[in-house]
Amino acid sequence: MTAASPASPATSWRPVLARGVVLRHDPVRDADLLLLPERVVVLDGSAGGVLRLCDGVRDVAAVVAELAVRHPAAPVAAEVPEFLNRLRKEGWLR
Amino acid sequence: MTAPPAPPAPPGPPWALLAELTHACPLRCGYCSNPVELVGRSGELSTEQWSEVFRQAGALGVVHTHLSGGEPLLRRDLSDLVAAADGARLYTQLVTSGVGLGERRLAELTGAGLRSVQLSVQHADRVTAERIAGARSFTAKERAARLIHEAGLPLGLNAVLHRGNLDDLDGLIRLALDWGADRIELANTQYHGWAARNRAALLPTPAQVERARARVVRWRERLGGTLELVWVAPDLVDATAKPCMGGWGAVSLTVTPDGTVLPCPAAGTLPGLDPPNVTHRELAWIWRESRAFNAFRGESWMPEPCRGCALRTVDHGGCRCQAYALTGDATRTDPACRHAPDRPLVAALVHGAADCADPSAYGYRGGGR
Repeated sequence: MTAASPASPATSWRPVLARGVVLRHDPVRDADLLLLPERVVVLDGSAGGVLRLCDGVRDVAAVVAELAVRHPAAPVAAEVPEFLNRLRKEGWLR
Repeated sequence: MTAPPAPPAPPGPPWALLAELTHACPLRCGYCSNPVELVGRSGELSTEQWSEVFRQAGALGVVHTHLSGGEPLLRRDLSDLVAAADGARLYTQLVTSGVGLGERRLAELTGAGLRSVQLSVQHADRVTAERIAGARSFTAKERAARLIHEAGLPLGLNAVLHRGNLDDLDGLIRLALDWGADRIELANTQYHGWAARNRAALLPTPAQVERARARVVRWRERLGGTLELVWVAPDLVDATAKPCMGGWGAVSLTVTPDGTVLPCPAAGTLPGLDPPNVTHRELAWIWRESRAFNAFRGESWMPEPCRGCALRTVDHGGCRCQAYALTGDATRTDPACRHAPDRPLVAALVHGAADCADPSAYGYRGGGR
């Protein structure tokens, strides 16, 4: 896999949750959840933090930059754009 | 002597609440799975009581609520109920016939926090659809679908399938595309409540089922995920027990219009279940401690051949209500299953359906107004 450069189409879109998709923390299960009309997706540890940055204002490059500051040791540039793309394909982000 | 089976492990929190707000309904579908004896309007929970149910459900771990019925739009306080559920941090979906869903009503509901809508359809052809529903409803559904789509809410269609519409699956799927739906649930009839009375007229032939299943596969290839197609299998014809409710008391709970709490919408028919009621008990106690919710939890209740069968972790022993309806004993293996000792009962029904001359000769739902 090659890391996308900041100007490529893969990183220039401004992700935001699609209509009808809700991100919330579940205090009972202590987990972040994505709620959809007929489905619940239990997010793993860091995914909720990534999605909370998806406000429709930041582009993917800005999301990556912000996460890189928070988690300097994590491979965010390699993994986050792919993760967001996967969620866009599912229709959960637009 | 073998050790007695271990008692079921304490249940995890439930995910979903089916809130049957009213049994009243403008439609009279012969496949209605609500009980033969309906709760009258005067027996329904109040706005405050439902709000308390949603609050307790949220605290217990429920994240989704399906506001259903009957026709939930017949509750004048529906937007207050949506607001209460949303306030309890529940994701709210309206399950409706579409009759009574005008522009103002929808705006009220979305303003109150409604997230998505599931709209029932009976057939793609107006005349046939209204014959199945036993009521004028097609124009209202068309309008509701347009308004929901324009409002940008996720729209799912739900088509209950039976002998009278299974051959027009293509029409239903095209309707879903025309109406801008995100999803269509192609749900073969479950023979509970009123529907059980019409089983002979509703049961499709195995050949019909095979044709329909092949169409679903073709459409899935063609659509490539732009419209989600959900096929709810006909368990009797397929000779495969359904994983009913994802297991008894495992995933969701149902509250009926008068506050009775059930592990599945049809369980009210089971004798001796003694289902609890939200007006007497906390939802948390009902979920964890009540006899009704523990009756078929886990595997210790299972008879042979379920007990030694690998499928038990997939189908959870099938449907208790169907076992009771067909054999008179809710602890029997679901007769839908090909391995069930009572399978011949179901085989006879499926055979009988193939010989039923007039598929439209079913009795319309009564008592729902």
